[in-house]
Amino acid sequence: MRMETTDEDLAFAAASGDGAAFASLLDRHYNRLFAFCFRLTGTRTEAEDLTQDICAALPAKLQSYQRRAKLTTWLYRVAVNAAHDRRRRIATYTKATTGWGNWEIDRNAAAEEDAVKQDWLTTAMGCLNDDLRDTLALVLDDMTHAQAADILGVSEGTISWRMSEAKKRLKEFKAKEDMA
Amino acid sequence: MTRDLNDLKFALDAATPAPDAARKRDNIALAQQNFAALQGSANAARPTSENGPNALWTGVKTMLNTLTSKGGLSATTALVAVGFLYVSPIGQDLMRNAPDLTIAETDIAAKTAGTTQAREIEADALQREAPQPRSQSLDDLSNDDSGASGLAANGRPMPEPSARTQAPAGLSLAAPDIDHAQMAAPMPADLEILTLNNTESFANMAANPVKITSQEPVSTFSIDVDTASYAVVRSSLQNGALPPRDAVRIEEMINYFPYDYAGPEADEAPFRPGVSLMPTPWNAGTQLLHIAVQGRMPAVADRPPLNLVFLIDTSGSMADANKLPLLKQSFRLMLDNLRPQDQVAIVEYAGSAGQVLAPTSASDRSTILKAIQSLGAGGSTNGQGGLEQAYAVAASMAEDGEVSRILLATDGDFNVGINGPDALTTYIADQRDSGTYLSVLGFGRGNLNDATMQVLAQNGNGIAAYIDTLSEAQKVLVDQLTGALFPIAGDVKVQVEFNPAIIAEYRLIGYETRSLRREDFNNDAVDAGDLGAGHTVTALYEITPVGSAAQLSDPLRYAPPEGVQNNTEFGVLKLRYKEPGADVSQLIELPISGSETADSEARFAAAIAGFGQLLRGSNYLGDWNYAQAIDLANANRGADDFGYRTQAVQLMRLAQSLADK
Repeated sequence: MRMETTDEDLAFAAASGDGAAFASLLDRHYNRLFAFCFRLTGTRTEAEDLTQDICAALPAKLQSYQRRAKLTTWLYRVAVNAAHDRRRRIATYTKATTGWGNWEIDRNAAAEEDAVKQDWLTTAMGCLNDDLRDTLALVLDDMTHAQAADILGVSEGTISWRMSEAKKRLKEFKAKEDMA
Repeated sequence: MTRDLNDLKFALDAATPAPDAARKRDNIALAQQNFAALQGSANAARPTSENGPNALWTGVKTMLNTLTSKGGLSATTALVAVGFLYVSPIGQDLMRNAPDLTIAETDIAAKTAGTTQAREIEADALQREAPQPRSQSLDDLSNDDSGASGLAANGRPMPEPSARTQAPAGLSLAAPDIDHAQMAAPMPADLEILTLNNTESFANMAANPVKITSQEPVSTFSIDVDTASYAVVRSSLQNGALPPRDAVRIEEMINYFPYDYAGPEADEAPFRPGVSLMPTPWNAGTQLLHIAVQGRMPAVADRPPLNLVFLIDTSGSMADANKLPLLKQSFRLMLDNLRPQDQVAIVEYAGSAGQVLAPTSASDRSTILKAIQSLGAGGSTNGQGGLEQAYAVAASMAEDGEVSRILLATDGDFNVGINGPDALTTYIADQRDSGTYLSVLGFGRGNLNDATMQVLAQNGNGIAAYIDTLSEAQKVLVDQLTGALFPIAGDVKVQVEFNPAIIAEYRLIGYETRSLRREDFNNDAVDAGDLGAGHTVTALYEITPVGSAAQLSDPLRYAPPEGVQNNTEFGVLKLRYKEPGADVSQLIELPISGSETADSEARFAAAIAGFGQLLRGSNYLGDWNYAQAIDLANANRGADDFGYRTQAVQLMRLAQSLADK
């Protein structure tokens, strides 16, 4: 097996201006990043846009990358923060554009149709609030509770609590679904 | 992990799509571009625009710097070139991508301070892109436990009829017709628009169809003196792309140009209508009916004192060179044309909304210039109350016999603090009735919200103009200052009744967003466009005489057209208008005898109408093409003191070469 440069070395090289290292880093992690974005957002288009946001900001962010953090952990933190920013922006935009004409309403209606098609998965994720969803996405991506806590900047206990809360909600949802 | 979680993990894994290959490529390219920019290698890598204004300027500057005595000849050539750039409208347009050329040194310094800054702005703009609606509904699902649908939470459906009576052209009705994909039509040559999400939207409707005179003898519309569409078309063409079809509003293209029509006599109505006929350039079997309205031009010295409130969007997206810097230059140009009695105030809306300049006499130039120069783009568009404040400032300046107007300058982030189009238009209409008018100046491309601009300006009885170059600013804010700011007739409506015995079919070219119902003509409560001092309005009908081979519909066998068989008039033109401030309209009637022949002014309008239809992909033109449009426009260029018509011919040539591709 060929020795591979570690993510951290690549990131360090990229942070000090090595374009090739940056390209190879991005190539290595793009798909995983996208999959994670999908888990955070739940729709493909949103995930594409979120990934774009992250890609655009990544070079600048990389300059503040500290070697002691594992790159994937760091990348997840960047992604979670970008998702937060995006949600906040959308909320502001929604508020500002409420009622801005039939065009917007039509778009929303079309979006809703799409959302229905996403079957129970979207609905299941939808019964969780943003915090729970972020936590779930991380844990489902094989992060330990400690790592998730580090990324989200909360205590490990909070992660455990959120996970049990998420499980409880999913169970309720499942029960409701089985009844229907 | 419980079974539920495993279920979810499994479902998520199964549902996780592979990333879109094209998006992946783009995103990685974007990241690498930003990465390169961050390393300071951007200067070398960034290509200069092929339009070459920067390259040209650099060349001239280098030449002047290294000038020796032997270089005298070169120097004179350079001076002539620079003079050409500054003096002629064509030259001004050459500079359009480099408005910072003439900005104060500080701006240039700021610009060159580092590419990092520029990139940050781009990233900033990226963050401001419109959200995809999908996430919105998802968020609704997650946040809204009560189960209310996203639709109900986001906004109530707008009742259609009220939109129709509010805005003369039913602009809000036009919006749903716009194909989303079309609106976001990419501009290949414009890197900025290509990389950012394009959130431009344009107000337009399907082209007017041919009407059969015996079924529908009356055609009614409101006048339109906006020019925004022409400037958008020009900016697209000069960037090397055909404009999106919905961006082309033919009436605005025609009315962009000043025409030399006969004005009213001293004791007549504030404007004079005229009609003339010519063979249709693109159809031998039909004729063009040309309707001209010329507003009175009062002596500039006699105009009443003017209260101007600049309401300026200083959000981060305005930082581009063709936005805030161009705006500052434009206002400086305008300042030179105000008189000491006039007053100016400035209100900005952004993170730091507020009054930048208290009402100041136009003679106090240094104070005003300093205030204009101090404007800086930054922060989000947080304009809560910006518009209210502007109106409050305008109200405080108003005195009897003065004219108050707000000039809203923005790049389309219409987050002006009043939620909902209904509330906003009602608010503006109320203020209009109190005597303060609103005009909208659009800057920059990328998220220009043309539809909202139109609605705001129409309800505020103002003009909507799009400013892309300094020469356009010159035209809108200086050459036509008087017309743009001083209304001479309000709610001007046009109605043409055709004689079915003579005219079999007719088609109104353009004015799709301005059509009115037949009964609206006599209803003074229905709003319509205003005419400013010296404005001209032109409308064209393509009419098919009875018996012409070009008639599209067959004559009816059992119902011969009724009407006055022995009357040979083509029809009658009726205009309604209100004196400024009046509530009751007045009527002007002008029969169309059919013997009026068109002059070269009308023929030039016909060339522009043809050009607009070519850009819209009209199917009424047959084989007629750009070459013939160019010939027709060239032959009827007239005096063309400002070079507008010459420029139109250049645009036609550009469109011709782009369409041939």
